[in-house]
Amino acid sequence: MPETTQFCTFRVDDLFLGIDVQRVQEVIRSLEITSVPLAPSSVEGLINLRGQIVTAIDLRRRLGLTSRLSEHEPMHVVVRGDDGAVSLMVDSIEDVIEVDPRDFERVPESIEPSVRDLLAGVYKLDTGLLLALQTDRAVAVTTATI
Amino acid sequence: MDGVNDTAEIVKDFLIESLEGLDQVDQDLMDLEREGPDAERIGRIFRCVHTLKGTCGFLGFSVLESVTHVGENLLVELRDGTTAVTPEVVDALLALVDAIRLMLNLIEQTGTDGEPTFQALIARLTALTREHADAHGAAAAAAASMPTSETAEGTHPPIGELMVARGDVTASDVSAALHEQEQSDALLGEILVQRGYTSPAAVREALDVQENNVDIKSSAIADSSIRVDVALLDKLMNLVGELVLARNQLLQSDGRFDAAAHTGTTQRLNLITTELQEGVMKTRMQPIGNVWNKFPRVVRDLAQACGKQVVLEMAGAETELDKTIIEAIKDPLTHIVRNAVDHGVETPIERVRHGKSPEGRLIIRAFHEGGKVNIEIRDDGRGIDPEAIKAKAISMGAVRADAAAQMSDREALHLIFHAGLSTAKTVTNVSGRGVGMDVVRTNIERIGGSLEVSSVVGNGTTLRIKIPLTLAIIPGLIVTTGGSRFVIPQVNLLELVRLEGADAVARIERVYDAPVLRLRGRLLPLITLTEALGVDRHCGKSTDDVTNIVVVQAEGTAFGVIVDAINDTEEIVVKPLSVQLKGIAAFAGATIMGDGRVALILDVHGLAQSRGLLARGDRQAESRVDQRAQEAHSQQLLLVAVDDTHIVAFPLDAIARLEEIRSSQIEWTGSQEVVQYRKRILPVVRLDEMLEGIIPSLGRAESMPLIVYEDSTRSIGFAVQRILDVVAVEMDTVGASGTGMVARTAVIQGRVTDVLDVQSLLATLDGRLPASLDTVHHDEAAHA
Repeated sequence: MPETTQFCTFRVDDLFLGIDVQRVQEVIRSLEITSVPLAPSSVEGLINLRGQIVTAIDLRRRLGLTSRLSEHEPMHVVVRGDDGAVSLMVDSIEDVIEVDPRDFERVPESIEPSVRDLLAGVYKLDTGLLLALQTDRAVAVTTATI
Repeated sequence: MDGVNDTAEIVKDFLIESLEGLDQVDQDLMDLEREGPDAERIGRIFRCVHTLKGTCGFLGFSVLESVTHVGENLLVELRDGTTAVTPEVVDALLALVDAIRLMLNLIEQTGTDGEPTFQALIARLTALTREHADAHGAAAAAAASMPTSETAEGTHPPIGELMVARGDVTASDVSAALHEQEQSDALLGEILVQRGYTSPAAVREALDVQENNVDIKSSAIADSSIRVDVALLDKLMNLVGELVLARNQLLQSDGRFDAAAHTGTTQRLNLITTELQEGVMKTRMQPIGNVWNKFPRVVRDLAQACGKQVVLEMAGAETELDKTIIEAIKDPLTHIVRNAVDHGVETPIERVRHGKSPEGRLIIRAFHEGGKVNIEIRDDGRGIDPEAIKAKAISMGAVRADAAAQMSDREALHLIFHAGLSTAKTVTNVSGRGVGMDVVRTNIERIGGSLEVSSVVGNGTTLRIKIPLTLAIIPGLIVTTGGSRFVIPQVNLLELVRLEGADAVARIERVYDAPVLRLRGRLLPLITLTEALGVDRHCGKSTDDVTNIVVVQAEGTAFGVIVDAINDTEEIVVKPLSVQLKGIAAFAGATIMGDGRVALILDVHGLAQSRGLLARGDRQAESRVDQRAQEAHSQQLLLVAVDDTHIVAFPLDAIARLEEIRSSQIEWTGSQEVVQYRKRILPVVRLDEMLEGIIPSLGRAESMPLIVYEDSTRSIGFAVQRILDVVAVEMDTVGASGTGMVARTAVIQGRVTDVLDVQSLLATLDGRLPASLDTVHHDEAAHA
């Protein structure tokens, strides 16, 4: 019996995405954001997370989706990385769910390559498809790759 | 598992202890060489080597043990007086210290004391030991003449051993190569490359390491720990105790809010935090001597290699600096010291010919001044010839000939920091300085420091370095632009210019498409921050008829930054930017402001570079040099009108800020006028009442400018009638010296002006101001 993995799931636009729960430090409501001029477009800005300055990345822009409606308050999924914490801004938070590795499938080739790079794979759930985010790639935004 | 960890812990302690001990041995050996035998010093060296031998034997480092063992034998004879302290003996013992250091570093990196067996060194030490020399004379002599010439020099670790230690080649390769070297004149490195044992790059790297001796790969372990005074830790502990009490008070008052008690607690919390901050910063402070203790050795070795005699004098080794800054200045300082010995000081023959003593003097001095650390490196060598530098600069195309002709000697000297000049080897021969000085300057400026050079041909050269005490918390100017706040580090700040209405239109002109400002007769290039950052100018509220310009400098180039509003200066805690934002040159980091929001710290250097202000070649270089020279020569004065007829000048460096206060803000404590200012009580001293021969007239004014003076113990506001201008005045050319509160009297801008002596002004005030205001406890006084 293979071990199951827990995923922290959330929605961005009409996508149902998840990150391995081990990587998630915390989930917080929207904070005041200081925008950073000259930054890559997907970097929304900097937030003050209890005295720690954390870069916030808008997943909508990272995935090449349309901008969030201004009245919709985003959530921050703060993930741990090698270079400190990074926040991924999402539309709404869903449950933490357990997935079975046997339901795993690779990302279909038909998906836009820029987006496919950010995904680790797809889990076929009873309720729909869960896109597992390739966290390290998602936060790897540099000024050179604008 | 525990056993393994215990051993690792013991080895770590052993390394830290030994490396510290070796520094002392280095020093003692050089003292021995200079001042002759001294039982106490020999004893100290012996004990250190003996302890080392014992411990490494116990820990199973057999190579290290065998090497220290022969060293110990020699030291026993020195101690007993059976062998005399000769230069050869000292040389050999210094080589021993280097070898031990090399092995200790090896142990730290690999866990073993490595393959090089230091046979040549052992033979050399044995040869010097009388007992063994008698018994094994022939063998030792043969060993001492072994072709490992690098070892015989004694100053550098042998290249072969180094490369083995670095893992570039194996010990057997080296011994084969050494064997071949006996038959040919080729260099060891060349042989190794020819035989395909290693790459030319690896040899070059190893040579670099050898060149820079052992300190370039100084132990990471020794750098990772720090010694802190127990008294300081006790104080911190007490402060944390107070902090807990203050927190408890705040927690208990939760629910039933009592404004007075709350304010009191907040004030206490403020005080405790400040003291705690200072205390914690102090734990990171290290005496600059930690860097300097390597210099006697560097100077000795280099002087010997160049055939020179150099006496090194050091003063102020106890001056403290933050550990990160100590690390950052280590290499630049070493470079400067090496330069001074290599190029500055002449050979004994040359010195005698010029009527100097054969021994050159190198003086390093450190001291605190104005919240910064000053380091001065002075030699009495041949000095730098400005004409030679100019000629070189012209030939390299760094400066135009007509521009060079107009340069003062001082400006010419600063050309040594020019990147183009430094790479040319010939400059070294002509001028004495130049190789890598631009790198030195860049490194010093990166930590917010500045560099000054002065030189008299034939008399020597002096380099002055000014560096901040710490980097973690810096003063910065908060500005607003495009609706966001940004911080400009105070070290980059020159002045603030405010233009109103028509003035702005008239004074900001364009050269082709670049805006410039005429500032005191010079053209200052301007950057609009909104444009530079690509943000929309009109998302913040800005009044259109005022232009705020922050004049900053990077690498000596001054330029103006147009911002929407200038807010205030604040102490900020510097935090690095995440990897996603590292590539943006315009920002040096970020900080969290008092309201919890994040603000970006501008990197003035990066900003200038991204706007092409630093890449414009000679014109910039000239104006930079010019400006620096001007700063050094002259004093900046603030001209103020005390009443309708009297103008006095305040030294600008004594002024913290300029403010405007209204008469209605003035309150009284006892007979002293005060204002509430930045949550403190600021005593107001009317300058017209202080100066003799002036009839006080300020009392009637509705508002008046306030010159705020601040030092560590007090802050005072001097009220004047009007602020007129800032001028730069040549230091030594002005006026007659004055008396009392007047330092001297001079004609400035066509008017007779008294230049005030701030120190005697303060001394006069000391008796007058209420004692409670003279301390840092302003906040408490406010609620007493």
